[in-house]
Amino acid sequence: MPDFQIKKTAKDYDVCIVGSGAGGGMAAYVLANAGIKVVLLEAGPLYDPAKNVTQLKWPWESPRRGASSPYRHFGDFDAAYGGWEIEGEPYTHKDGTKFDWFRSRMLGGRTNHWGRISLRFGPKDFKRKSIDGLGDDWPINYDDIAPYYDKVDRLIGVFGSKENLPNDPDSIFLPPPKPRLHELFIKEAGTKLNIPVIPSRLSILTKPINNERGACFYCSQCNRGCTVYGDFSSSSVLVNPALKTGNVDVIPNAMAREVITDSTGKATGISFVNKDDKQEYTVNAKVVVLAASACESARLLLNSKSSLFSNGLANASGVVGKYLHDSTGASMGGILPKLIGRKRYNEDGVGGMHVYTPWWLDNKKLDFARGYHIEYWGGMGMPGYGFGFGMQGLNGKYPGRDGNTKEAGGYGASLKDDYRYFYGATFGMAGRGEAIAREDNYCEIDPTTVDKFGIPVLRFHYKWSDQEVKQAKHMKETFAEIIDKMGGVVTWGKGSAENDYGLEAPGRIIHEVGTTRMGNDPKKSVVNKFNQAHEVKNLFVVDGGPFVSQADKNPTWTILALSMRASEYIIDELKKQNI
Amino acid sequence: MDRRKYLKTLAVGSLGATALLSQSCETPKEKTPELPTFTIDRTPDELLREQKLLSETFFDEHEMKTIRLLADIIIPKDETSGSASDAKVPEFIEFIVKDMPQHQIPLRGGLKWLDLQCMKRFNADFSSCSSAQQIEMVDEIAWPEKAKPEMVQGVAFFNLMRDLTACGFFTSEIGIKDLGYMGNRPNQWDGVPQDVLDQYGMKYDERTLTESVKFDS
Repeated sequence: MPDFQIKKTAKDYDVCIVGSGAGGGMAAYVLANAGIKVVLLEAGPLYDPAKNVTQLKWPWESPRRGASSPYRHFGDFDAAYGGWEIEGEPYTHKDGTKFDWFRSRMLGGRTNHWGRISLRFGPKDFKRKSIDGLGDDWPINYDDIAPYYDKVDRLIGVFGSKENLPNDPDSIFLPPPKPRLHELFIKEAGTKLNIPVIPSRLSILTKPINNERGACFYCSQCNRGCTVYGDFSSSSVLVNPALKTGNVDVIPNAMAREVITDSTGKATGISFVNKDDKQEYTVNAKVVVLAASACESARLLLNSKSSLFSNGLANASGVVGKYLHDSTGASMGGILPKLIGRKRYNEDGVGGMHVYTPWWLDNKKLDFARGYHIEYWGGMGMPGYGFGFGMQGLNGKYPGRDGNTKEAGGYGASLKDDYRYFYGATFGMAGRGEAIAREDNYCEIDPTTVDKFGIPVLRFHYKWSDQEVKQAKHMKETFAEIIDKMGGVVTWGKGSAENDYGLEAPGRIIHEVGTTRMGNDPKKSVVNKFNQAHEVKNLFVVDGGPFVSQADKNPTWTILALSMRASEYIIDELKKQNI
Repeated sequence: MDRRKYLKTLAVGSLGATALLSQSCETPKEKTPELPTFTIDRTPDELLREQKLLSETFFDEHEMKTIRLLADIIIPKDETSGSASDAKVPEFIEFIVKDMPQHQIPLRGGLKWLDLQCMKRFNADFSSCSSAQQIEMVDEIAWPEKAKPEMVQGVAFFNLMRDLTACGFFTSEIGIKDLGYMGNRPNQWDGVPQDVLDQYGMKYDERTLTESVKFDS
């Protein structure tokens, strides 16, 4: 027997899905419930928030008090394994540009981390080129996707308030939680400045929607995963119910290598390496659905070369990997002197903000295209690593309990009391905006580098343009206005031209999309309006890759809606024997 | 942990996956028996790293003695709660420098700097000085805005010690209780308490009261 052989899994499937995050989880859920036999490949381990628990734990239960570690970049209690660097799985950069690629290899993928911010794209978000001449229009419009947003709302649950805003369509909302104290001050300041501050829209169950999931109990820890499934994560809300149909096999620790095709150019399955036994496998299916994340799916296609597809699979257009774009991000924080020495009560609330600001201005009157939304935080949260850092910059600036201002820094009983005194008085805000999708921001295969599995890695080329920098400048000016109007003092995050106004490096906001964009023209797009590859009829991409433009909204709700829509199309096409 | 059992449960009825999973369970792992145990979710990679960190010692006895003295000067026992060492802050600092090596040189070098300063002044290292001498030395480096220019390295060291001590203390069980953090338990958030709203002259508008989630009381 040769040392190296490729094993075939015992069973053939109707559909093979790569990736179990929002897109893959939704595809598995919809297809399995239609009686279709599905195999779901996940590059990481199994995970269930009810069993892999960090929720309701105390800081001292982590030896690093919740600080980030190489295995959990968002902290020791965060549900998401992984981060911007994963041992043995590098990526590279071209021309000294920067892009940080966050990966979470585990069941549910990055839905284990995200802030549950669940925003519908609006009618304008699908037609940006028609409005400002930049980028491209989507081949679909809001009315095409609206019924699927409705279904996602009902299936998963989202709270919010009906606002009838023109480009921030309302969902079918559960009732929102009341604002916390700092959020009342933010809302008051926003109102004075004509900046809307409205209830946030998060996929957290303020009311139960079925018997499988419990209602939120207000611990503020959605990022840790919820033991009663009171919030959305792909494992708890989509994959577990899909498994219960008996129609889904999950293969964990399966790192996809290539999409396999036959001599007619049809996809026949996936080859993967099993991380546990280090053996090579193939799994066959009538339909292949990629949901490995925008960049990972592009990588898979580009690595799936054959005599028929010398440029990578589904890439005759050369568009795979191009038009990569992440949300813009900039932030600022301050202290609200009137909250110093505040009364204690439990204000944990839901995980994340209770209020937010949707984009409210007209770009025709501004020097940049596209908008941003604002997220807020603050208050008496659970102390963790970093708590109290920099007290010498605070306790010499404000009068103490006795009305006298002390010398900065210090030690002893008086210092000990300062930590109590200033607790809960700080707050912050961050903008998340729309970048322009551009052909020269891309990922491609690095010709000289492979990962520890021998899979060629991605090389990124990404630069912000003036549009994004000016947007960040506007964010900072807005934040400073809000903080000032609240009666607060900015303590960090003042931006300047030298640091692009604090504009985060691309990839840091983890909203990257666009690498397998959809369109009607096969020369300019990878998939059609049903997320189906133009060149390979039984190949679909249902992660963020097919996004033509990102909007000033978090992408998850739109990934879910488009994946549901594509899955229904797959069911239909399978019935018609078209694929 | 019961993850293996869970893997099998999830794989029930799936021939292909079961075959793969049972293979994976048989794969021999280089596991040493004394992996540390945690009350929070840990992946196998995390457990190996924790084990490595916990098996190492960074600070020597003299350094730990000095850290303990400084930590209790920064956060002493008072009428509300115990001291930094009561809250095991020195042990936290020993762990965190292994976890975050960027703190190692500033702390080790700072401790050495402190001992040399004390040798010059009092002909004794910091821990051998009298309490009054220790406080005299600390007063030179604890007040960044009035410290003498030649004390600037000491100020940087003391700032780091202050940060790590306070953080270690207020993330301990003693410290959380002292601080009065009241969350991390199932509850119903029904808005800011009325007396607090009154204190700040705030109120919820009618629409918020009508549309927000309500609870059966």
